[in-house]
Amino acid sequence: MAGHVLVVEDEPNIIEAISFILSREGYRVDSHGNGVDAAEAVRARAPDLVILDAMLPGRSGYDILRELREDPQTAALPILMLTARGQTRDRDLAERAGASRFMTKPFSNAEVLEAVKALTRSTA
Amino acid sequence: MITTNALAAIALTYVMFLFTVAFVAERAARRGHVDWLRAPIVYTLSLSIYCTAWTFYGAVGSAVRGGFEYLTIYLGPSLVMIGWFWGLRKLVRIGRAQRITSIADLISSRYGKSNLLGVGVTLLAVIGTTPYIALQLQSVTLSVDVFAHPESDGSNQLMTAFWVAAGLSLFTVIFGTRNLDANERHHGVVMAIAVEAVVKLFALLAVGVFVVWGLMGGVSEALARVDASALGQWDVQGGRWVGLTMLSAAAFLCLPRMFQVMVVENDSDAQLRLAAWAFPLYMGLMSLFIVPIAVAGLDLLPAGANPDLFVLTVPLSQGQEGLAVLSFLGGFSSATSMVIVAAIALSTMVSNHIVMPVWLHLRRDAASFSGDVRHVVLLSRRLSIMGVLLLGYVYYALSGGGAALSAIGLVSFTGLAQILPALLGGIFWRGATRSGALAGIGIGFAIWMYALFLPSFGEGVILSRAVFETGPFGIAALHPHALFGLGGLDPLMHAVLWSLSLNTIAFFVASMVSFPSPIERLQGAQFVNADLAATGRRGWSGAAAQSEDLMVMAQRILGAREAQALFLREARKQGVSGLLPDPTPQFLEVLERELAGSVGAATAHAMVGQIVGSMRVSVEDLMAVADETAQMMEYSARLEAQSQELTRTARQLREANDKLTRLSVQKDAFLSQISHELRTPMTSIRAFSEIMRDSDALDPGQRAKYASIIHDETLRLTRLLDDLLDLSVLENGQVNLNIRRERLSDLLDRAVAAAAADEMGACIRIDRSTIAEQVVLETDVDRLGQVFINLIANARKYCDARDPALTITVTEDAGGLVIDFIDNGAGVSTEAQDVIFEKFSRVGDQKAGGAGLGLAICRQIMARLGGDIRYLPGQGGAAFRVIVPAALEQAAE
Repeated sequence: MAGHVLVVEDEPNIIEAISFILSREGYRVDSHGNGVDAAEAVRARAPDLVILDAMLPGRSGYDILRELREDPQTAALPILMLTARGQTRDRDLAERAGASRFMTKPFSNAEVLEAVKALTRSTA
Repeated sequence: MITTNALAAIALTYVMFLFTVAFVAERAARRGHVDWLRAPIVYTLSLSIYCTAWTFYGAVGSAVRGGFEYLTIYLGPSLVMIGWFWGLRKLVRIGRAQRITSIADLISSRYGKSNLLGVGVTLLAVIGTTPYIALQLQSVTLSVDVFAHPESDGSNQLMTAFWVAAGLSLFTVIFGTRNLDANERHHGVVMAIAVEAVVKLFALLAVGVFVVWGLMGGVSEALARVDASALGQWDVQGGRWVGLTMLSAAAFLCLPRMFQVMVVENDSDAQLRLAAWAFPLYMGLMSLFIVPIAVAGLDLLPAGANPDLFVLTVPLSQGQEGLAVLSFLGGFSSATSMVIVAAIALSTMVSNHIVMPVWLHLRRDAASFSGDVRHVVLLSRRLSIMGVLLLGYVYYALSGGGAALSAIGLVSFTGLAQILPALLGGIFWRGATRSGALAGIGIGFAIWMYALFLPSFGEGVILSRAVFETGPFGIAALHPHALFGLGGLDPLMHAVLWSLSLNTIAFFVASMVSFPSPIERLQGAQFVNADLAATGRRGWSGAAAQSEDLMVMAQRILGAREAQALFLREARKQGVSGLLPDPTPQFLEVLERELAGSVGAATAHAMVGQIVGSMRVSVEDLMAVADETAQMMEYSARLEAQSQELTRTARQLREANDKLTRLSVQKDAFLSQISHELRTPMTSIRAFSEIMRDSDALDPGQRAKYASIIHDETLRLTRLLDDLLDLSVLENGQVNLNIRRERLSDLLDRAVAAAAADEMGACIRIDRSTIAEQVVLETDVDRLGQVFINLIANARKYCDARDPALTITVTEDAGGLVIDFIDNGAGVSTEAQDVIFEKFSRVGDQKAGGAGLGLAICRQIMARLGGDIRYLPGQGGAAFRVIVPAALEQAAE
C-alpha cells in the first residue's frame, strides 16, 4: 500500500489530474475543495500526505499550513505545497510556514509523482 | 603783610582740601553710600553756585553804585523758589523723567530732538557764559592783586588769571569727567561745592559781623550810619528794579550751571522742598551785610577805591589780615565753584550736541566703534572744559578786566534769558513748536549779541566807534543802544526789552503758524503732562535692584542659562562677587549688544534704557522698535507662509508617494493575479496532455473527457487573454469607438442571447419592459452590448435564488437613460460592493469560471462612452445601474 493522499485544491480539473496520476501508482486519493475547513478535513481524514494549494477560496493555503504545523497531530505530516503564482516570495512563505516540498504550477506529472513518493517514503 | 606766595599756598591748601572732599564723596558714591550725598541740605548748598564772585564781591560794588538795586539779583531767584515752586518742581521732574543732561538737551528733546536747537542753545550758553567765567577770573585776579601790589600791574594780572584758569580746568577735568556716569551726576563736585557754599557764607558773615559790631559798634549804630550815607538816600528806579528782578529770575532757570545743579543733579522732590525755603534764606544771609560793608568801605577807604573789593579791603585796612584771608577764600570759593560747574555743564552740552554728532557722522562708515566711544566722549568733555575756560580767559584778556563785575554778570544773564520763552513754552504749552523755539531763540540771540554782548567789549574793540555814534552805516534806527529809535534807556534794559519781547513774540507767532512733527507732538505731550507721569514713576533703589531687573529681563529674552552665564562672566570681569555685576556703562553695552542679537538694536536699547533709566526711551526709539517689530512680524509671517508651503508640499509628496506605493502594490498584485489565472488552466492542460501522452491504457471515454478539459481550459486561457487585452486597451490605449444607431430593445435581445450561449451558469428568467426599450441609441452599441452581456452572464452565474430571475428596467432621467439590472438573489455584500469593479475581484467564494475582470471592463467601457455603471445597494438582489448619457439618447430620437 503506497499511502493515503489528500488533495486540497479548488480546481476540479487539477484534482482529477492528480488523482489519476497517483491512483495509477496505488495511492488512495481524497480531495477537499475549499480553504475554510481544510484543516479540519486533514485532521479528520488523517492522510499520509497532503497536497495543498496555496490559493484556496475562503482561506490562504499558508494559513492552513501554519495551523497544521502548530497542531502536534499534524506537525510532522508531509505537506506538498502547490502555488500558481510562482514568485520567490511564495516559496519563502511556504518554507517559513513549514511546507515539506514546494511546487509551482504547471508541474510535470513525473515531478509530482516523484515528490509524493519521496515524501511518503521518508515517513513510512 | 601777607605775601603773594603765602596767599598762593593758602589757596593751594584750600584747593587740596576741596580735592579731598570731592574724592571722598566720589568714593562713597562708588560704593553705593549715596544717602548723605543726596541729602536735601547738600542739594540746597549746591544751589549756592548762583552766588558767584559777582555776588560775593560785586554786590557791595553794586550797592555802592546803585544802592539797594543789588537786592534784585537775590530777589529774582527767591521769588522763583518760593512763588513758583510748582513750576520748578515740574521742570525738575521733567529733567528726572526724561533724563535731561543739560538745558540744551531739554530744549532739543522737547522740540522733537532737534539737533539744530541743541547746537543753538549750546552756542548761546557758551557765548553767554564766557563773560561770566571771565568775571570769575577777574575777581580772583583782583583779589590776589589786593594782597600783592597796591599798584596793579596788567601783565601780572593776566598771568594770575591764566594760572587760575588752568588750575580750575585741571580740577574740573579730574572731578567732572572722572567717570561717564550715564545719569550725569557728579557727587564729588556737588559735595565740594556744598563745602564751598558754607565757606563763602561764613566768610561774608564774618566780614559783616566785623563791620557791624567791630567797626560800627552795633546794629542801631550801623543803621544810623547807613541812613546817613549817600546809599540810604538813592531812589529806587521802579522799571529797572522790576527788569533786573525778572532778569535774575530768568537767569536762575536758564543758566547752564544752575540747570546742572538744580535739575540734572537733582534726585528727589524732597531736595527741592528743602531748597524752596532754605535757599532764599541762604541768599538772605548772603545779602544781609552788603550795605553796611559798602557804607564802611565808602567811609574808611580813600575815594576811588574799587568798591567791588570792599569785602577784602575793609578788613585789610583795619589790619585784620586773618579776616581778609578768610574773605579771600570766600571769594575764591564763589569763583571756583561757579567755574567748575559751568565748565561741566557746558562741556556736557558741547560734547553731546556738537562734538559727538560730528564725530559719529565722520565715523559712520566704521562698522563698530562701541569700544572707543567712551574714550572719545571723555576726551571731548575734557577738551570742552579746557576750551570753555580758555574762552573765558580770552574774554578776560580782551575786555581788559576793567568793567564792573555786576555789569558783566548782567550781560550773561540777558544772553541766557533768551532761552526762557522756549523753556517755559516747552513745559506748559503743547502748541509750542520747534520752529517757534528756533525763531525766538534766534532773534533774541541776535539782538543780544548786537545790542549788548558785542558792545560790552567796549567801543572800537569789535564794533567800531562809528556804530555807537551814528548807528551802522549811519542808520540811526539800528544803533545798538537805541534800536528802532527807542533811545533814552540804559543799554542793559534796552537790550533786555528788545531781545526778550521780540524773542517771545517770534516764539509764539512761529509756533502758531508752524505745524509740529509727530515726534514734537509726542515729546510735547510728555513734557507738558510730566506731572501726571511723575506720580506713577517708581523710584529705583541702588544698583542691585537695577541689576536684578536687568537679569529678569535678560532671562526672558536670552533664556535663563545663557543670561546667567553672561551675568556671571561680566561679574567676574568686574571683580564683583556673586552673580550680579554692577550696571556700569561697559556692562550695559555688552548686555545691550547681546539682547540686540535677539530682539533688535532699537528694542534692546529701549529696554535697557527703561530699566537703568540712564537713557530716555524717546519717540525715535519707540518708532525704531515699531519698525523692528513690523519687520519681525513680516519675517515671521513669511516664515509661516513658507512653512505652510512646505507642509503642503510634504503632504503632496507623501500623497504622491502613497499613491505610487499603492500603484506598485496593485501592479504586483495584478501580475500575481494574472500569473495565477494563467497557470491554473495551464496546469490542467499540461497534466492531462502528459497523461494522454504517457498512458496507453486510457479508455476512449476517459480520453475524450481529458481532451475536452484541455479544450475548455484553452478557451478559458483565450478568454482571459482577450479580457486582459481589452482592459489594457480601455485603460491605457486609444479606443476607437464605433458609433452606430440601434434600438435598445434590439441591443438587449442580442445581449440576452449571447449570455445564454455561455454554457456556464444556471437558466435565468429575464423580465423586460418592452415599451420603455423602444429608444434608439447612438453610441458604440457593440461595447454597450458587451456591458449588458456581462451583467446578464453575472446574474446567471451568481444569482443563488431557487428560481433565479433578472429584471431589466429602463427609465429616462435628467442625467440620461437609466437601465437597471436587478436579480432576486442574495445580492453583493457591503464590503464586496466597494471592490466589485476592481480587477480580479470575484463576488462570493465560488469558482465561476471568470478571472474577475468583467465588471472592471464594464466600468472602463461606460467611462469611455461618457456614461456610468454602479452598484445599487438595497434592492434585494444584486443590482447594477447603467447610465447612458442624455446627449446620445437625445440624438437618438
